[in-house]
Amino acid sequence: MAIEKQIAHPYIPNTVPEVQEEMLREIGAESIEELFEGIPESLRFRGKMDLPQPLTEYRLRQHVETLLNKNKSCNETVSFLGAGCWQHFVPAVCDEINQRSEFLTAYAGEPYEDFGRYQALFEYQSLVAELVDMDVVNVPTFDWAQAAATSLRMACRMTERNEVLLPKTIDPDKYSMIKNYCSPEINCTLVNYDGISGQIDMDDLEEKISTKTAAVYFENPSFLGFIEEKGSAISELAHQFGAISVVGVDPSSLGVLEPPSHYGADIVCGELQPLGMHMNYGGGQAGFIATRDEEKFIKEYPSRLFGIVPTVKGEYGFGDVAYERTSFHDRVNGKESVGTQTALWGITAGVYLSLLGPHGMRELGQTIMQKSQYAMKRLSMIEGVTASRFNSTNFKEFVVDFNGTGKKVEDIHQALREKDIFGGKDLSSTFPELGQCGLYCITEIHTKDDIDRLVKEIESCTKKKSQGKDDKHGAS
Amino acid sequence: MAQVSEPKLRDFHQAKWDEPLIFELHQPGERGVVVPKTEPEIEAEIGDGFTALPENMLRKKEPQLPEVSQARVLRHYLRLSQETLGSDFNVEIGQGTCTMKYIPKVNEFLVRNPKLTELHPYQDESTVQGMLAAIYHLDLAMREISGMDYFSFQPSGGTQALFAMASIVRAKHGATGEGEKRDEIITTMFSHPSQAATAVVKGYKIITLKPDEDGYPRLEDLKKVVSDRTAGFVVANPEDTGIYNPRIKEFTDIVHKAGGICYYDQANANGLLGITRAKEAGFDMCFFNLHKTFAAPHMCGGPATGALGVKDELKQFLPGPIVECDGEKYRLNHQLASSIGKVRSFHGVPQTVLRAYAWIRSLGAEGLKEVAKIAVLNNNYLYHKVKEIRGASAPYVNGGRLEQVRYSWEQMTEETGVTTEDVQRRMTDFGHHYWTSHHPYVVPQPFTLEPTESYSKEDLDEYIAALTQISKEAYEEPEKVQNAPYRSVIHKIEEEDFLDNPDKWAVTWRAFLKKHNWKEGKVKSE
Repeated sequence: MAIEKQIAHPYIPNTVPEVQEEMLREIGAESIEELFEGIPESLRFRGKMDLPQPLTEYRLRQHVETLLNKNKSCNETVSFLGAGCWQHFVPAVCDEINQRSEFLTAYAGEPYEDFGRYQALFEYQSLVAELVDMDVVNVPTFDWAQAAATSLRMACRMTERNEVLLPKTIDPDKYSMIKNYCSPEINCTLVNYDGISGQIDMDDLEEKISTKTAAVYFENPSFLGFIEEKGSAISELAHQFGAISVVGVDPSSLGVLEPPSHYGADIVCGELQPLGMHMNYGGGQAGFIATRDEEKFIKEYPSRLFGIVPTVKGEYGFGDVAYERTSFHDRVNGKESVGTQTALWGITAGVYLSLLGPHGMRELGQTIMQKSQYAMKRLSMIEGVTASRFNSTNFKEFVVDFNGTGKKVEDIHQALREKDIFGGKDLSSTFPELGQCGLYCITEIHTKDDIDRLVKEIESCTKKKSQGKDDKHGAS
Repeated sequence: MAQVSEPKLRDFHQAKWDEPLIFELHQPGERGVVVPKTEPEIEAEIGDGFTALPENMLRKKEPQLPEVSQARVLRHYLRLSQETLGSDFNVEIGQGTCTMKYIPKVNEFLVRNPKLTELHPYQDESTVQGMLAAIYHLDLAMREISGMDYFSFQPSGGTQALFAMASIVRAKHGATGEGEKRDEIITTMFSHPSQAATAVVKGYKIITLKPDEDGYPRLEDLKKVVSDRTAGFVVANPEDTGIYNPRIKEFTDIVHKAGGICYYDQANANGLLGITRAKEAGFDMCFFNLHKTFAAPHMCGGPATGALGVKDELKQFLPGPIVECDGEKYRLNHQLASSIGKVRSFHGVPQTVLRAYAWIRSLGAEGLKEVAKIAVLNNNYLYHKVKEIRGASAPYVNGGRLEQVRYSWEQMTEETGVTTEDVQRRMTDFGHHYWTSHHPYVVPQPFTLEPTESYSKEDLDEYIAALTQISKEAYEEPEKVQNAPYRSVIHKIEEEDFLDNPDKWAVTWRAFLKKHNWKEGKVKSE
């Protein structure tokens, strides 16, 4: 159906015919169609796109809200899902700031008309720098996986080597992303973990490390939630072989856990989503990279790095530090590539850290430790259930071992879902060596009641002789 | 009624708050927010939570974050926001290639729904049917617009989409045993730098086709460089110049004949919706930036989406999972036979997917075509007007521009010494944004304008009036332009040394404090 020409679309002012005629007169063209003459007829699409009829604003709202109402969010349930995206408290001021029209719709201006954007991102860099206790932080990249992959490529360029070592406990999805990003030039090898503690197997690391190793990568906390305790020993070993120590970190832990720079990390990377971003079905992710303030590191960043520069009047101005290294400056010889990534989440993370301050970050970390330890303790009281599967200390997440119950994680989670509880991430296919295990997440938002309810429901569904299958109602 | 008033030369002044850095607002003891606490029962049972923690892992020295009250944090960031010129506030036609169109408010309202914001990406499929439906139906719409067979919304920006496409090229040739041999990717000069840069990351050598005197890449040049080493050909059409290469099908045919894969940078497809498609031009893959053509906001530079479309035979290489529908239920298909692996965690940026979906639903097929027509009309009007400004020109072919144009101030610079960067700063004084060009500056003293469908004739006239005024100033009092801006948040930045000298650069506040002690005429807290 053709749009009635008399009715201008609200988003398109120049649908008004009189204005079009006037503009065409100026141009010296007979019709708009004439302006497309450069596209040969053979390439013209003369069919009709099969799309639904347009909706007015009210109907659009109705339609999309009806669609979204088919979802059941973590606000309507109690969720113990984590595994790289975590449900945290998001202060209202974070939303207020990142919903501001100015920040929402700005893009790539200069430090004059977009001064506030530069200052906010410089502050974000500076705040994360305090958290990791390092002097350089980038404008954020896509997510932790990208930050890790780029950190490894930076290490390879710095060492002129092309082998990297990573722990076998890494998130398989993250590893898949890193492997693709590093191929074809860089070989990724996984280092075994200790079956009891989950910690990196130092013997295997010593076996695999060599003078060809560019970087040793590990995480704190690890993907499986435990704290990697031998950070110093791992970094020292890496340095002995001339390799770079790269550590991935969950920044929500850094109010209580030592930053990786204190145990030998040369490059620190991680995920910003816990710092004020809603989960957004995975759309809240943003990655950061931090290093010392040394030219050899700075020159290898692909990202933009905003720095302070004075104006003629002595004001703070901002600009791109060492811009020539980027692909914006040199498309072929620049370091990797740079483009639109997750700047607004960087600004938001800055707001979050400003709100929490040092005490808030410490309380956040402590609360998470206390609540997760409580959950582990209570879950372990259930017959056949062990939490955590590994005997290390955990932060925020832990592996719940259901092997002793004789039940499949899948079935337990189905039963929980019927009680409006989202169990953790099922690890049975990604970590088959663990059997029936789930990765559970407890943050500051969980209450004692939430945890007690989880324990009660798991107890009841693992105890039952004939479990869930007959009374499957399915979630709405 | 025809518009008769003179185009507006705005007496603008940007907000200037003289706002300190957040660290300078530190007031020991203040708090911005309190996080949820541990219940006393848990504390009684568990203790402080640190006993299990090895001593070496407990943080000894707290991070030196500022302590600031909530209202002061809010005020600080609101002030910074006011010192940022978002596209909602200005006639944002100066950021050519980026399609700065109107961002519908209803879409922003929709993405703030907790039924989206509070979804976890690993929730069971049965609990996210609405979100999966939106993803699936956007996929269907994208197929109509492009002629491709499947879309992935995982790439979260144009650069990541280009990277994913280069990865698919490598995987495809790897699968047929030609991975080693085919080590070259051909691109063109007037393309986004990420076309070349991402292919380099995937280990390719880059061959760049230069434009001819009319601005088109030469078919003869392509013929010379194409060989059994050609892995792929990546191009935008129209390119940054707004010039559409009418022989594009011959280009893709030549590359195909040599065994290469053709992928289409449609980051900006605003002049093409419903007019011409990737399929007919012979491409195997394409991508659209949802934050450009499809009206999702740019958010100071992301998060965003580079929607990646492929022909059926490349589906197996897509980053997974992709959403499928059995006619009733939506599901995530993780079983793509030869997937390149993930390029971004989870499902990309679903908020942007929902925005694009809503935008398409608000326009329908004819509405999308109308977008292209008006974007091209607006651009040609602007093109016609800018060429009349003293010292400005539009190099290459006369006419034949679609949605944008790369212009040049070469003549003005020669005659007055005023450069495009000077104009850029001066435009700020009139409340306008203005962008030059991607590097390298093939067009001398470049600027790139893209008016989209969102602006009225009156808006365009206002932008033209500002350019005209600056040209006049350049010829009459060049130093006025060269020393601009005067009505922006800050004045001209001069000491570029601060950005390139390792002894001076400061990427963080702590680095700045270590290296510098400058600040005149402005009181700094201790």
